[in-house]
Amino acid sequence: MDLYEYQGRDLFERHGLPVLAGGVATTPQEARSIAERLGGRVVVKAQVKVGGRGKAGGVKLAEGPDEAVARATDILGMDIKGHTVHKVMITVTADVAEEYYFSYLLDRANRTFLCIASVAGGMDIEQVAAETPDRVVKAPIDANTGVDEAKAREIVAAAGFPAEVADQVVEIAVGLWQAFVAEDATLVEVNPLAKNGDGRMLLLDAKISLDENAAFRHPDHEALVDQAAVDPLEQAAKAKDLNYVKLDGEVGIIGNGAGLVMSTLDVVAYAGERHGNVKPANFLDIGGGASAAVMANGLEIVLSDPAVKSVFVNVFGGITACDEVANGIIQALALLEQRGEQVTKPLVVRLDGNNAEAGRAILDGANNPLVQRVDTMDGAAERAAELAAAGV
Amino acid sequence: MAIWLTKDSKVIVQGMTGSEGSKHTRRMLAAGTNVVGGVNPRKAGQKVDFDGTELPVFASVADAMAETGADVTVIFVPPQFTRAAVVEAIDAAIGLAVVITEGVPVHDTAAFWAYNLAQGERTRIIGPNCPGIASPGASNAGIIPADITGSGRIGLVSKSGTLTYQMMYELRDIGFSTCVGIGGDPIIGTTHIDALAAFEADPETDAIVMIGEIGGDAEERAAEFIKANVTKPVVGYIAGFTAPPGKTMGHAGAIISGSAGTAEAKQAALEAVGVKVGKTPTETAKLMREIMSGN
Repeated sequence: MDLYEYQGRDLFERHGLPVLAGGVATTPQEARSIAERLGGRVVVKAQVKVGGRGKAGGVKLAEGPDEAVARATDILGMDIKGHTVHKVMITVTADVAEEYYFSYLLDRANRTFLCIASVAGGMDIEQVAAETPDRVVKAPIDANTGVDEAKAREIVAAAGFPAEVADQVVEIAVGLWQAFVAEDATLVEVNPLAKNGDGRMLLLDAKISLDENAAFRHPDHEALVDQAAVDPLEQAAKAKDLNYVKLDGEVGIIGNGAGLVMSTLDVVAYAGERHGNVKPANFLDIGGGASAAVMANGLEIVLSDPAVKSVFVNVFGGITACDEVANGIIQALALLEQRGEQVTKPLVVRLDGNNAEAGRAILDGANNPLVQRVDTMDGAAERAAELAAAGV
Repeated sequence: MAIWLTKDSKVIVQGMTGSEGSKHTRRMLAAGTNVVGGVNPRKAGQKVDFDGTELPVFASVADAMAETGADVTVIFVPPQFTRAAVVEAIDAAIGLAVVITEGVPVHDTAAFWAYNLAQGERTRIIGPNCPGIASPGASNAGIIPADITGSGRIGLVSKSGTLTYQMMYELRDIGFSTCVGIGGDPIIGTTHIDALAAFEADPETDAIVMIGEIGGDAEERAAEFIKANVTKPVVGYIAGFTAPPGKTMGHAGAIISGSAGTAEAKQAALEAVGVKVGKTPTETAKLMREIMSGN
């Protein structure tokens, strides 16, 4: 889960790291009260999970509450690279003398964590990294020993931080590592890590990603999810414990196992190239034991997407038994009818693996005109795409 | 002979008395796996009956190894306890630990992997969040269904569970030496490269299928490895060509941001070193079939 900057600022503050005083506003009125509380000159910053907002006009100075209202009015509702701005963060201003870069992140290739630090921070860090890689230090971090003061000093020296800020950066590096571990983050990026005119170091921006697998030890992380930004179908699916991602096409997809479902999306997209360019409408992984209830929930979500013209159920029975899946589909359709939902979209079902013969016999026996059985993955994808194209 | 798991492997199950652990212990026994016991400190000394096979429960992995000579552990404990379970297996210096558990925090995986390195990497870790390893006809450690295919001379390494099963099914008439599901998490104990190296060295493997998916650069690094080290034919399949950037598709690892980690990049890297890449699982199986029939 990626956090907004204001959530990152709050998180840093909770962990005792030096940040600017500030608050978050969803309306110009809220922006006024925050600016009044902070006093003096403030910065109004668009809260979007995309880079380049400064260049897009999403960061503005304001001399007091009236201007804060005006700037918030400008920025709220603005579109930045396809992201609508719903919130602005208001902070006091910094008198930035130097901009540095500091981050911790997951290093998949080396199966450990990495610290990246540079004294050439700021908006052009990616250019710096590409053109003068020797100005960017990459230090692997052992997950068990972490970043203590000695390790932090090593990083600070390697990156060439000036002597007058070294002690402060060491302290921040240790504190930031502790926050990274304590919050089960996979990324904490501070750019810029700034030296203020008075010599104090400040964390002026925050990009933080949290590991959703660690939610069981962070009940507070749930509150960080931006419900307004989640697709309503994805929300409904999550409430039913389904792994669903909304996409833009016409062929609804239900399958078991993330890899097989991803593969199904690809196969449907290829078939779509021959049938009116239809595309997959969603990703839905019903996982292992696909009971009738799970299948009903899955079908309900997929069918409630108005863009869906046909549905492809692609199951390879490993642990899952195909006869149970077939029963699940038939019962799910009956269940939906009972719930008063008129099912009119065709379903193409491909069953292979564990008890496939029994499953296919159940589908044939049910004789439901909406359900078509095709026994290969590529063939079924072709049929589903064809039906979707005909229904468009 | 197969890789890492043979008919001589003696398997214990951490979490054998739990619902998933007991279900799959029963299935592993039915597949002919030599399961010799389980670990649960609270139930040490008890015996558990699996359709007539009585398996002892030990207090620790070390005890189980001392009593039974076990050299493989399959871990089914919940995510909260996985780190401790793997560390225990590493401390006991067991040869192979197969971590089935899904949803392990990546900090925990990073910690047990670093610990394994610090101990001299005496334990091969497969997973977490994987279906396990099967050497058809010999042994099965994990949740891969044993009845999809028989033994043969193809090696299979895959990030994904059900895609593994699909590929085994497609090529069931030819059969497999060993199928390894390495899992799709951002940090995993055994990589495509580890499996490629083992298959290259295995006299009972003639050709290799490699299944990848979007996210990370493991497939790109595997391509470099193949170029330098693998003489056996390799065919590849990559899932996720149509996955939109920045959306997680179930596997924690299957997320792409920007241009890195795309299916196109992975396909290009593999094809550049002479690996044939199928557009669909069926087409990939067909490529392998052509190779095997040419032998």
